[in-house]
Amino acid sequence: MLTKAQNFRAGLRDGLPICFGYFAVSFAFGIQAAGIGLSIPEAAVISAANLTSAGQFAALGIIAAGASYLELAFTQLVINLRYFLMSCALSQRLAPEMRFAHWFGIAYGMTDEIFAVSCSRPAPLSPYYSYGLIAAAVPGWVLGTTLGAAAGNILPSVLTNALGIALYGMFIAIVVPPAKENRVVAGVAVLSMIVSAVFTFAPYLKTISSGFRIILVTLLVAGGAAWLFPIPDKPVKEDDHAA
Amino acid sequence: MRPEILAYIAVMALVTYLIRLLPLTLIRRKITNRYIRSFLYYVPYATLSAMTFPAILSSTGSMFSAALGFAAALFLAFRGKSLLLVAVCASAVVLVCELLLPLLPL
Repeated sequence: MLTKAQNFRAGLRDGLPICFGYFAVSFAFGIQAAGIGLSIPEAAVISAANLTSAGQFAALGIIAAGASYLELAFTQLVINLRYFLMSCALSQRLAPEMRFAHWFGIAYGMTDEIFAVSCSRPAPLSPYYSYGLIAAAVPGWVLGTTLGAAAGNILPSVLTNALGIALYGMFIAIVVPPAKENRVVAGVAVLSMIVSAVFTFAPYLKTISSGFRIILVTLLVAGGAAWLFPIPDKPVKEDDHAA
Repeated sequence: MRPEILAYIAVMALVTYLIRLLPLTLIRRKITNRYIRSFLYYVPYATLSAMTFPAILSSTGSMFSAALGFAAALFLAFRGKSLLLVAVCASAVVLVCELLLPLLPL
């Protein structure tokens, strides 16, 4: 059993790659935010309050157009609905006796990346581990936004390009080890990539937004795998690295 | 900071936060239904894989450097390397590739 401080430090350490990756992505967001006429504090507050990449990029277009709050709310709902699935999955990894106040902290940090890293931890998930991840990731996200909005051209593009792959590298490092041990997980991973590619390039299907595409692929592949290969009914003990 | 911009930010932050919070508050105990438990078990792997591919191929300056970074990440992940090491090495491969690529007489 790790202490709160140990869990927090482990979260900080595992959150470092998220911090780098976020810096690169939010730097690009900051540039675009300045481009539609937002001030540096406005851009920074958007990032600190939302902590969501695709949703924030989409919001810029809506704010720039002066569209209605309803349209903004609906767009965010569609793009960010995947967090709903992630929270459902994560709810099963929390200790039942955890204080409910932690829900509010964990929910704030429910991003693709923090969710991903959380799933690579043995259950039950310590909220202090989540806070460590958040404490590492959020500064990268907000600082990148601020610098991008303040001075979009201080980083050479070759450097932001290289940082752009960091988050994906992390995703791969999370999926591969359990996929090596469990053939169904490996099948789920490979099939999800194939289906995702089909949805990205095929006529008609490619018009689906990226947020919705991820939801559809997840429902199809994880749903199919659950139907064909249900996990054992009574787990002997909590799985070490799986969701 | 302009009030109309703050109102936009408040609306989007509220919607996004509620999406994240509701499942945690609504699902309070372990789900016993075998199908749903299996589904939630597979969700992270399906989601992460779908987010990674093919998006990774357009995450850098060229598809070539991205493919090399992808290969490097897969290789290191198969060797069981840490999240940080895999992420940094994938970035380093892309950086070196994009620095060298313009020098090649293609």
